[in-house]
Amino acid sequence: METKTDYSDDIKSIKRIMEESSRFLSLSGLSGIFAGILAFLGGFAAHFLILQNQDMTVVKYEVASVALIILILALAGSFYFSIREARRKGQKIWTPVSKRLLLSLFIPLISGGFFILILFIENQWQLIVPAMLIFYGLSLVNAGKFTYSEIFYLGLAELITGFLAAVFKESFILFWILGFGFLHIIYGLIMYRKYQG
Amino acid sequence: MKTDISGLNKLFENRVRLGIMSILIVNASCDFNDLKDSLGVTDGNLASHLKALEENKVIKVNKQFIGRKPNTSYSITENGNILFRNHINALENLIKPQ
Repeated sequence: METKTDYSDDIKSIKRIMEESSRFLSLSGLSGIFAGILAFLGGFAAHFLILQNQDMTVVKYEVASVALIILILALAGSFYFSIREARRKGQKIWTPVSKRLLLSLFIPLISGGFFILILFIENQWQLIVPAMLIFYGLSLVNAGKFTYSEIFYLGLAELITGFLAAVFKESFILFWILGFGFLHIIYGLIMYRKYQG
Repeated sequence: MKTDISGLNKLFENRVRLGIMSILIVNASCDFNDLKDSLGVTDGNLASHLKALEENKVIKVNKQFIGRKPNTSYSITENGNILFRNHINALENLIKPQ
């Protein structure tokens, strides 16, 4: 005859297995803080590049290079911190759930990448930052189904920032810093305190 | 299906079976190796429990080829879904303070 504590152990293990097999729980708050700091630096770099140089044909490529470097470093950082977090928790990094997470993240993200490339070629500067924020927001909302719910809310916040950026087109650097810098740092701090602190 | 007075289902009174059902209830399907890795059990042990669950028609087996490799995946049946949810409810009722 099983006892009450056995039943409650059963319930706990059912809940844990359901959660672990449907959500990827090795995201680290440090990824957010790292990406946020990078975005601040990138925003300031772009600001000074634009101030210094009046020739838009040159600045265009300089600012795009800065953005691309930031994106690559931020992605590398999030992979690095996730792998570290998975090790710390003794969980695996390559699972059916993490594959689904990456797929649902990268479909909107890569679509956004192509769209932004077209805007870039067509010289539609003013819509580049709003497009980045909106597509990134959609990616996170989509990926939120397979990980912590905070990712879903970060996605909503990025979407709103993106639409505001589309209205106040002149302040694109401010919205870049707000969306990719400030929001990431806030998210990272919340996640770190909640799950790792 | 055998259930005792509290509504617990005898079929699920085993840690490995609880694990299998917990995974399949939140995933459309899951293959043998992923089940094995998630639950940390041996091939033989997992296979025997899967067989018992399959015979009771709470899960179903889908055999297919991915490229040239045979792949066996499992999914929960509609009946299995209902029975496992009832089992969870029965467990929750049992641990409620009287």
